[in-house]
Amino acid sequence: MASTAILVSGPWPWYVAGPAIGFFVPALLIAGNALFGVSSSLRHVCAAVVPGKIEYFRYDWKAGAWNLLFVLGIFLGGFLASHYTQAQNVAISEQTRLALMKLGIHDFSGLAPREVFSWSALPTLKGFVSIVVGGFLVGFGTAYAGGCTSGHAISGLADLQLSSLIAVVGFFAGGLVATHFFLPLFL
Amino acid sequence: MSTESTTEQTTRQGRRQSGIGLLAYLLLGIGFGIVLTKSEVVSWFRIQEMFRFQSPRMYEIIASAVAVAAASVAVIKKLGLKALSGEPITIPPKTLGNGVRYALGGTIFGLGWALTGACPGPLFALVGSGVTVMIVSMISALAGTWLYGFLRPKLPH
Repeated sequence: MASTAILVSGPWPWYVAGPAIGFFVPALLIAGNALFGVSSSLRHVCAAVVPGKIEYFRYDWKAGAWNLLFVLGIFLGGFLASHYTQAQNVAISEQTRLALMKLGIHDFSGLAPREVFSWSALPTLKGFVSIVVGGFLVGFGTAYAGGCTSGHAISGLADLQLSSLIAVVGFFAGGLVATHFFLPLFL
Repeated sequence: MSTESTTEQTTRQGRRQSGIGLLAYLLLGIGFGIVLTKSEVVSWFRIQEMFRFQSPRMYEIIASAVAVAAASVAVIKKLGLKALSGEPITIPPKTLGNGVRYALGGTIFGLGWALTGACPGPLFALVGSGVTVMIVSMISALAGTWLYGFLRPKLPH
């Protein structure tokens, strides 16, 4: 069937991708009253490995085992999707392509530009800022905000929580500033 | 006060779950990893396109995901459904406070989201899909989370 072929070859159209993502909120609730969210896994790992004397990490992290298995699954799912289904270059708009070329991006293959996201680029300024500084801000910010795109933008907004709306406005404020003011400085 | 509520949010599955129940989460995670990858929301290119407002795609994905999730949550609440584990389904409200943690924490995360082109879920999916250098991003994200825990008593919430 042509429709099945599309799901294997991909990329999925937005009207398949979006509802598929939204489906995980009720699925996790029904599976065991689990609240869809990924960033708490980072807290559980800290609590399991280096809790120190920090109150924030002193709780029974094993109660979050479901969340750690969920993110292990995400890792495996990423592996399966990229190794057993057809992948092609991400078909971004021509405008975006031109804007990124102006910033010095020339390799548009794969999910992220190899010129920035590779082991050989890691010691360069653009690699370090994107991979290390970016990752650090993701970890600090999601912990501070108490959630990320899944916990706030999907779960929180779906439950009409004002806190989540404030967080999502913050996500976009930060993202716009980084994209338009910081990226040109180091890419 | 706020400490208790955060701990509540993150670890509300107070009782530990058994083998079969936990397997369901692994399988759901695999499904979610496939969805994230095939929808390309794990792509730095797509995140750039979104923050430059040059395609409606990411907005359509987020909006339809929220719509499906919201409709499902409404139905679950209306019918008072129980989880397969037998416990009633509850969604605890987040503590709003003065909102500073959401505005400030959200903005800091947003900066990182645009720099790495990945939020936490996609970080795991990217490593799985072969962008192995993102392991460094994950370790860095753990360091960020740890520093937050360390500084927490001094930060406005």
